[in-house]
Amino acid sequence: MTEFTPVMSLLGGALIGIATVVLMGIHGRIAGINGIVGGLLTSPASGDWSWRAAFILGMIVSPIAMSAVTGDLPQITVPVEPIMLAVGGFLVGVGTSLGSGCTSGHGVCGIARLSARSIVATLTFMATGLLTVYLTRHVIGG
Amino acid sequence: MLKTLSAFAIGLVFGTGIMLSGMANPAKVLNFFDIFGTWDPSLMFVMGGALIVTAIGYRLVFRMGHPLLADGFSLPTRKDLDAKLIGGSAIFGIGWGLSGFCPGGLVPALGLGRMEPVVAATAIVVGMIAVRIVNRLRAATPAASANQA
Repeated sequence: MTEFTPVMSLLGGALIGIATVVLMGIHGRIAGINGIVGGLLTSPASGDWSWRAAFILGMIVSPIAMSAVTGDLPQITVPVEPIMLAVGGFLVGVGTSLGSGCTSGHGVCGIARLSARSIVATLTFMATGLLTVYLTRHVIGG
Repeated sequence: MLKTLSAFAIGLVFGTGIMLSGMANPAKVLNFFDIFGTWDPSLMFVMGGALIVTAIGYRLVFRMGHPLLADGFSLPTRKDLDAKLIGGSAIFGIGWGLSGFCPGGLVPALGLGRMEPVVAATAIVVGMIAVRIVNRLRAATPAASANQA
């Protein structure tokens, strides 16, 4: 069980939205994490590299910055075997590359622009995510 | 310099939002998907909050004509619903349901100093590189590119 946290989640979502809007307003870029990381896999010589690296670094540092304010590192629970993290992670990398986006790029930026591609992509990955957890928890693992 | 610094600050806010929201916590993500078990609907509020702010904010930003530190807005222009979009998204959802990590949730989790996010992140990058290699090989083979066209 995890605690239902509607207020914290709404607040966190609003912060994600603010960062997404500011990235577009200052840099003219979509805040799709898969796309931003994907651009880092090209040559660092391209002028595009430094803002991407800085954005990702800011994200990595964020829990440490939070702990400087609150005194504690945020806690997470990973109820998944390492092999499943590796298999799942690989599929996430392949799928987001083929599908040109992830939760942030399609689910937030794309839907906010009412892009049909993003709406279809989001419905698709939400559906297969649900189905996967149903199968692993109630059919195979249940 | 200003571009790099502002990107860092925006990433910091984005990551803080992800951490607060619960998206970086696989237990919460997997419970969100587990409607018939230990369902935790919190993540609907993440999407809701992010979408309301972005939908309104984007409209205001696009009225500026161009971004503050760039010549124009870089926006996807494709409109077609192809098999790659749908198939790729389906594969992503399976991976997300297995690992509990999406790319946005995973990056700030890397800052927690635990091993699990490192394993998942390495696997994601391997998957991304695999697609790039296959794409390059296909582009280099005339028969394959003809098939694709």
